[in-house]
Amino acid sequence: MLDSWLQALQDLALPTAIREGDGLFPWIEGVHVLALSLVIGSIAIVDLRLLGMASRELSVRQTTAGTLPVTWCAFALAAISGGLLFSSNATTYAHNVFFQIKLLLIAVAGLNMLAFHLLVGRGAHAWLTVQDTPLRGRLVGALSLALWILVVACGRWIGFTLNAVT
Amino acid sequence: MIAALHVLDPFCTWLAATPLSQAIQTVEWIIPAVQTVHILCVASVMSSVLMIDLRLLGIGTRGQTLESVASRFLPFIWWPLPVLLVTGATLIVAEPTRSLENSVFVLKMALLLGAVAVTLIFSLPLRRDASFWELTTARRGAARLLAAVSLPLWAAIIFAGRWIAYTQVS
Repeated sequence: MLDSWLQALQDLALPTAIREGDGLFPWIEGVHVLALSLVIGSIAIVDLRLLGMASRELSVRQTTAGTLPVTWCAFALAAISGGLLFSSNATTYAHNVFFQIKLLLIAVAGLNMLAFHLLVGRGAHAWLTVQDTPLRGRLVGALSLALWILVVACGRWIGFTLNAVT
Repeated sequence: MIAALHVLDPFCTWLAATPLSQAIQTVEWIIPAVQTVHILCVASVMSSVLMIDLRLLGIGTRGQTLESVASRFLPFIWWPLPVLLVTGATLIVAEPTRSLENSVFVLKMALLLGAVAVTLIFSLPLRRDASFWELTTARRGAARLLAAVSLPLWAAIIFAGRWIAYTQVS
């Protein structure tokens, strides 16, 4: 059932063009790498501040104010470019274990971010200095960093395991 | 393809036959792991460049001085560069011909020199005077120009990096 949907998706005109065209795939990949580098870098700025390893002279709120718009714009771009790459070989990617893990890790990283903004980060306006930042804030930062590093690793491993999938 | 790059044939053949190159080629996890570190360093550089450039262009990061933004993010441009060099060199050792004789790789290195030069032009005056780029209207304009040039330059390096894999070396 799912496979027939994925097959229908990759038979559409644009996915076919991406798969068979000469230059589309690498250009979209370039956009994807550019976008994900900004997603991970902008999130890491906040994570490192939570951990007290960078931007130490800024409050947590000042740090997130500067980076969140970048994170969201870059994430939208990464999701669109990633979706286009996926659509070009949907059946193959969907069966790749590293692709599956990658999507799962992104979902967990998203929940972690949501937890920070809704629950843990309540009162984050009071986290003015590194000393003010409580342990739960540091834990969120550490988890976020670890998750996004694993997301990049999974992304790279997809490219080296596609042929093994039949 | 640049035909002159074939002069590197003997060197590439020798390098690919070294035990180090053979080891990187044979142990399957090395290349994706090295590429992961490479991309994480790219993330550090690109995001830091963007944060500084946005401040220079007057978009976002209001309420923070250029001095503060530059001192926060310049280290995250400079210190990943040696790691990028080492991880990049590891990938070259694994497949010397694929990169060294590839005209897109040569273009990427030229763009890299340009991007490093632009970053030096921005950061060196700050060592002597942290407010250097804000003292006159002309300097503010020049700094904005540097910002407008540096972001596309670093982005072009990423695109060239991806295209190396798709450009056949004959």
